[in-house]
Amino acid sequence: MIHIVDYKAGNITSVKRALNHLGVDSVTTPDPDILRRADKVIFPGVGQAASAMTVLRERGLDAALREACVRGVPILGICLGSQIVLDRSEEGDTACLGLLAGESKRFVFSDPALKIPHMGWNRIRVVRDHPVLGGVVAEEEFYFVHSYYPQPEDPADVIAECEYGSPFPAVIGRANLVAAQFHPEKSGPAGLRILRNFIEWNGRGR
Amino acid sequence: MLSKRIIACLDVRDGKLAKSVKFVDTKDIGDPVETARRYYEAGIDELVFYDITASSDQRSILLDVVAAVAAQVFIPFSVGGGLRTVADCARVLLAGAEKVNVNTAAVQNPQLIADASRAFGAQCVVLSMDVLAVPPTPAAPSGYEIVTHGGRTRTGLDALAWSRRGEELGAGELVVNSIDADGTREGYAIDLTRRIAEAVRIPVVASGGGGKAEHLRQVLTGGKADAALVASLLHYGLTTVAELKRYLNQNGVKVRMP
Repeated sequence: MIHIVDYKAGNITSVKRALNHLGVDSVTTPDPDILRRADKVIFPGVGQAASAMTVLRERGLDAALREACVRGVPILGICLGSQIVLDRSEEGDTACLGLLAGESKRFVFSDPALKIPHMGWNRIRVVRDHPVLGGVVAEEEFYFVHSYYPQPEDPADVIAECEYGSPFPAVIGRANLVAAQFHPEKSGPAGLRILRNFIEWNGRGR
Repeated sequence: MLSKRIIACLDVRDGKLAKSVKFVDTKDIGDPVETARRYYEAGIDELVFYDITASSDQRSILLDVVAAVAAQVFIPFSVGGGLRTVADCARVLLAGAEKVNVNTAAVQNPQLIADASRAFGAQCVVLSMDVLAVPPTPAAPSGYEIVTHGGRTRTGLDALAWSRRGEELGAGELVVNSIDADGTREGYAIDLTRRIAEAVRIPVVASGGGGKAEHLRQVLTGGKADAALVASLLHYGLTTVAELKRYLNQNGVKVRMP
């Protein structure tokens, strides 16, 4: 059973639909107590870091997520969920969950041809093997929509990179936490494979 | 490097697929859910559904289509046509769409763009515009005017000015549909698309006129579009998603290969 954190941040039902398609039971929950007992968590999110953090704090979901993370529960962050697992975000200059050391940064480009948000399909380069990225082939592309990106403090926490203007971390993680800036639930068969890998993952990683 | 996107456009009327030619004479050509799934499996990058249902009491049928598509198609898709309020937009997003397209309602009430953008995020809000080439006037100095109601009503709005306004109000993407090119299969409106793409910092989707792979190459390079909408080209089986993408990749346009 997968628990999907429901904190009114965007279209979380798309993650549930993808899991349904894979034949996996999941529930969306706004309840921190249920989240504390979860054995696998997906932390999605679309929207703005500061307002997302406000909702998470109001509901006590921030503490529940930290507890789950410390307990070793496999956690998959998606999009905004990959940014606010870090200590801070430049978006609204917000303190975030601190599950992983680092900060989310805004894209800054001098070239007007590089539009913001970074929206569309882009390839990733796996820099460190990880079970959740098992089967990702060279040149494989995933769907991104974002204006900020997660920058872990420790370069060893970068699992895959993407290039837009310059390289940025596309998948980050440490131990039982893994987080993708792109949307696996919107990335066709390649993205579904990543969800499947997460479902099968025991949460052990570097 | 970001790939250029190929977006299949499905006009839906009373729950069935239709393709308009110059916005008159529409005829049903199939089941939108089945067609969407077929394009998804063939490697299309994105889908857009335009509801061209005439009567508003039939509109809930579209929500069923959206939900059925969302259950089996795992790429982004947007929905437009008849969305007049933030509540209308919320319904299609909740049913499973990734983005909403607003057009006529945004011209009549630009605040809709701002309200939807605040409610759902800019990345959810696509401003779709129908554009007619006209002799330049003081109101429309670019020689491109925004028209509404499927091309029947002229607004006096300059297309470039409206594009910038839409971006300021919080649209995350623009669809530029040339009324002159739509349905002709003679090529996209390159000059129009390029001028709008250069006027804004958000992604621009070219729409109207795609009749062969070379037309897509032209608008994705010279037209500076980030994505191209295709409809009859695919619906009538004139080409396939794979053929289109192969051609583009071999001719210097990076697209995602299925």
